[in-house]
Amino acid sequence: MKKTLLNKNSRTNLITYLVVIVAFAVMQTLSSQGKLGSAVTGYLVPVCCYIVLAVSLNLLVGICGELSLGHAGFMGVGAFSGVILATMLKDSIPSPVLRLVLAMVFGGVLAGVLGFLIGIPVLRLQGDYLAIVTLAFGEIMKNLIGNMYVGMDDSGFRLVLATAKPKLIGKGHKWILSGAMGITGIKRISTFAVGFGLVLFTLFVVLNLINSKEGRAIKAVRDNRIAAQSVGINVTAFRMKAFVVSAFLAGMAGALYGLNFSSLDASKFNFNTSINILVFVVLGGMGNILGSVISATVLYILPEAMRGLRDYRMIIYAIVLILVMLFTWSPKVKEYTSVLADRCKRMFSHKKEAAVK
Amino acid sequence: MKFLQYCINGISIGSIYAIIALGYTMVYGIGKMLNFAHGDIIMVGAYICYCVTNYMGLPPVVGILASMVVCTLLGIVIEGLAYKPLRGTPSLAVLITAIGVSYFLQNAAQLLWGSNPKSFTSVVSSIQPFHLFGSLTITGEVLVTVTASVVIMVALTWFTSKTRIGKSMRAVSEDRDAAQLMGINVNKTISITFAIGSALAAVAGVLMCSSIPVLQPTTGSMPGIRAFTAAVLGGIGSIPGAMLGGILLGIIETFAKAFLSTQFSDAIVFGVLILILLVKPAGLLGKQVQEKV
Repeated sequence: MKKTLLNKNSRTNLITYLVVIVAFAVMQTLSSQGKLGSAVTGYLVPVCCYIVLAVSLNLLVGICGELSLGHAGFMGVGAFSGVILATMLKDSIPSPVLRLVLAMVFGGVLAGVLGFLIGIPVLRLQGDYLAIVTLAFGEIMKNLIGNMYVGMDDSGFRLVLATAKPKLIGKGHKWILSGAMGITGIKRISTFAVGFGLVLFTLFVVLNLINSKEGRAIKAVRDNRIAAQSVGINVTAFRMKAFVVSAFLAGMAGALYGLNFSSLDASKFNFNTSINILVFVVLGGMGNILGSVISATVLYILPEAMRGLRDYRMIIYAIVLILVMLFTWSPKVKEYTSVLADRCKRMFSHKKEAAVK
Repeated sequence: MKFLQYCINGISIGSIYAIIALGYTMVYGIGKMLNFAHGDIIMVGAYICYCVTNYMGLPPVVGILASMVVCTLLGIVIEGLAYKPLRGTPSLAVLITAIGVSYFLQNAAQLLWGSNPKSFTSVVSSIQPFHLFGSLTITGEVLVTVTASVVIMVALTWFTSKTRIGKSMRAVSEDRDAAQLMGINVNKTISITFAIGSALAAVAGVLMCSSIPVLQPTTGSMPGIRAFTAAVLGGIGSIPGAMLGGILLGIIETFAKAFLSTQFSDAIVFGVLILILLVKPAGLLGKQVQEKV
């Protein structure tokens, strides 16, 4: 047997990194030469965000085996906390890149802490019950952010949960987040380079986690919980680890996303967004990180690129989604395609034989 | 008195949730899948009834029957085209397909009927609201909704415990392979379940739009999620559980809106759900299955 330089895991990881780096290099050169239209340039940062979200959700769904329907909640927490921090630091830190990175870290940490707090009750449940509780948390988060007022005056920082806009009395007061209206007038500081950095960071964290001792334990819990428990794996601790890391990364992606648009409101981070991220993960292949990267990119751009079809675009997207699921999963279709492939092969080999004769 | 009025309103909304949740729970029990397109079948049912009564000028009863027939057929077609080929694959694959179907229905409805909200005329406008003890008002919608949900639950309970098809449905949900070995046509049974669930969704859609007369392509999605929550609350797979969960959810929602805050009602409803699931992880009436090693 031929011995290869790297084992299989390292090779797939290397390919993943290479694909991402090459894609970045190509896009960066194209955009610096001005060959990209304004529409395509506009996609670059959101695509990075969705890649990070898909990879982090894949850690939860594919590697940990827990269906989460509330990923957009973590994204929303990261987005709002990141944007608020960036707005408050506008005067004290002049460098936008540093501010962006700080906002991302802050958003990530806040989402991670929240993930930990939510994880305590959630991880006691399993399967579909866990799914519905994450859904519930996502909706609660959206609801709370939609009724939250954050402001600043000279006496400091204020956070109010209220049904109507309260009054600020202090001098130099200003509302940053005003309830259902969200945040407007955000200074857009997200850049593609930072987005790419976040993607690399996410890949680094997730791939290392998967191929470490922890990752193997998490996979063991997914494949057979009881067997894993009986060999001494602390099931809750490992599931919690995956949950918190996933929430942290989603929060960072959220902050990047929030700082890419001039206005932001809570309704963006609803159930549909969670579902969209889940679609990226499942179509890309559960547990397959490169798959998530590719499917997040393609599926984000596909509906955007079809804008010309107007009303028909979402219906086409839906049909494509159903067909892809049928073609990749249905046993009958698989059988049929394998028969077809066999026939093609035989035809070609006949031709070859004929040519040899 | 106000308290009683809120109770009545809550039970009325809850009955609608219960009817939707019954469909969810039956499909889940037998197909072991979360049918996220269920909420959109509600919307289709309401649109069909709207078209029949408004464009054709036929009586509301015909509208309800027509929407039930159309939704039943729709349920069977969706199951046959999108879910049947995926039988035996991981449940997540079916879930994503269900989401695809849900997108499809919403956007098809938007193409057919436009995205502008239509105002739905109540199907029970002939019954005048009557008053109890002076200040308590019971509208015709409330009366019909509550009666319909009770009748549906009793009928379903009888159907699943006494009839041949109902028994085979329970057998399939218990153990699909064993049921097949006993000579039950599993595919047919699952199709029938989808048909019944979709017909119930049609009824729920018509009743819901009679109480809240706004109809647009996204009408079904939020009640769909609520009803799914209700089904889980009562213990998914259990018919009385869906009923209990639905009514409980309706009452909690109405009370939260009336006494605490309208804006925070979502957070309160879902918060209660989380609390209940923490105490009873399989829902209120769900069976706690012990895992055997």
